[in-house]
Amino acid sequence: MSAEQDRRTIRCLVAKVGLDGHDRGAHVIARAFRDAGFEVIYSGLHKAPEEVVQAAVQEDVDVVGISILSGAHDTLVPKIIDGLEEYEAAEDTLVLVGGIVPEEDREELYDLGVAEIFGPGASMAETIEYVRENAPDR
Amino acid sequence: MSGHESLVDELLAGKHRALARVITRIEDRSPGYRELVSELHGHTGQAEVIGVTGSPGAGKSTLVDKVAKRYRERGETVGVVAIDPASPFSGGAVLGDRIRMASNVGDMDVFFRSMSARGSLGGLSTATTDAVKALDAFGKDKIIVETVGAGQNEVEIVKTADTVAVLVPPASGDDVQMLKAGILEIADVFVVNKADLDGADRTVKELREMVHMRDASPLSGHHGAGDVDQGQADTGAGNDGGGTAREPPIVETVARTGDGVEGFLEALADHSRWLDRTGERETQARKRYAAEIRTLLREDGAALVEAELEARGGLDAYVDAVAARETDPYRVAEEVLAPLADCVRDERPD
Repeated sequence: MSAEQDRRTIRCLVAKVGLDGHDRGAHVIARAFRDAGFEVIYSGLHKAPEEVVQAAVQEDVDVVGISILSGAHDTLVPKIIDGLEEYEAAEDTLVLVGGIVPEEDREELYDLGVAEIFGPGASMAETIEYVRENAPDR
Repeated sequence: MSGHESLVDELLAGKHRALARVITRIEDRSPGYRELVSELHGHTGQAEVIGVTGSPGAGKSTLVDKVAKRYRERGETVGVVAIDPASPFSGGAVLGDRIRMASNVGDMDVFFRSMSARGSLGGLSTATTDAVKALDAFGKDKIIVETVGAGQNEVEIVKTADTVAVLVPPASGDDVQMLKAGILEIADVFVVNKADLDGADRTVKELREMVHMRDASPLSGHHGAGDVDQGQADTGAGNDGGGTAREPPIVETVARTGDGVEGFLEALADHSRWLDRTGERETQARKRYAAEIRTLLREDGAALVEAELEARGGLDAYVDAVAARETDPYRVAEEVLAPLADCVRDERPD
């Protein structure tokens, strides 16, 4: 039927985890994603990894963007990815990390299943383009 | 997850991921979503569906959060569908209702789903009714539908919910007057939220007067799916026999602190009992199904005609002919539709 369309709307969760209260970047990203035509669910501040997993699963997002500026990425990100695996959601969810991640920690995050890391200086257009191209094909 | 059979099986088996994916398919209207919903239909009909509507900032999300928590404390499972508007420019949306669900974090038995209205008017997304079916089939006891922050005419919720709660913020006296003809007519329960603010008493009083005035009117009806946008004779107000008119209660809450939430739940339960007692639940369900069938027939009929036009080489040639006065719009419609009507007549079982 003509009512069925083939272009899917990309859904993103923009998540702030842990004790880091800096959400300016997350707000800017949420707004930019909206203007790019994505549907954005913003988690709010200070979320536990389980909350992020719950939101990602229930909202069936294509992309989970985790914003961390506190340096706790090495403990928080693995918990989120484990949780996604528990619900069989890891394989077709694009996990991105934004914020401050030292060079030496990056490889570990990629190994865990983080698709890309966007640090300071990453352009918004670049990020949006990356999401468009890499959003999982379901 | 490939075939939709396995997806339905997994949903019925209680897998959250499958439920989430089914709702996505419904929202995207992806190929096969109709079959999905068809299969789910047989498993629905158990859940109590509650609609929550009201102006932006009235406290809908916060109240829904508290209500969900109380239901969970009683051991009932809850599904929430919360709708936010989409940008008319980019089609994108920031769906922010989830942030208010602070009382139910980590509880997977509250299944919360944010939805973009995706351009449809009326306060719901076209997918909402089907998403509610998915939650119903999944086995949720209570399903709460939170509409887009509503103005006057976002009354679509009555086509989905058994009970509709309309939130009215305090000190909206002038608004109450203004809203009279739209959203206030669909309330089964009025909630004056933020009742700790100045002006709450006055708002309650004004609502009470409004309700009484309405009851005194000889044309007063009651909420029902068929009553909206369908001037069918079977939905007229005259056939109530006086038995089904019901004065909506007015409850006061402070959703932030949870004050009054128990009273609100009692008002909802009371309406639910009334639906059962009067047989109104069944009447409403029938009206809803009728409306749903009509909508689908209209959409599919239009698609069929569209396909036929396409097969005849599109509309342009007809427009040319009409412009040149060789034919007219009525004759064109007749010409396109006559073969379809003939087919339907020939195939009709006697």
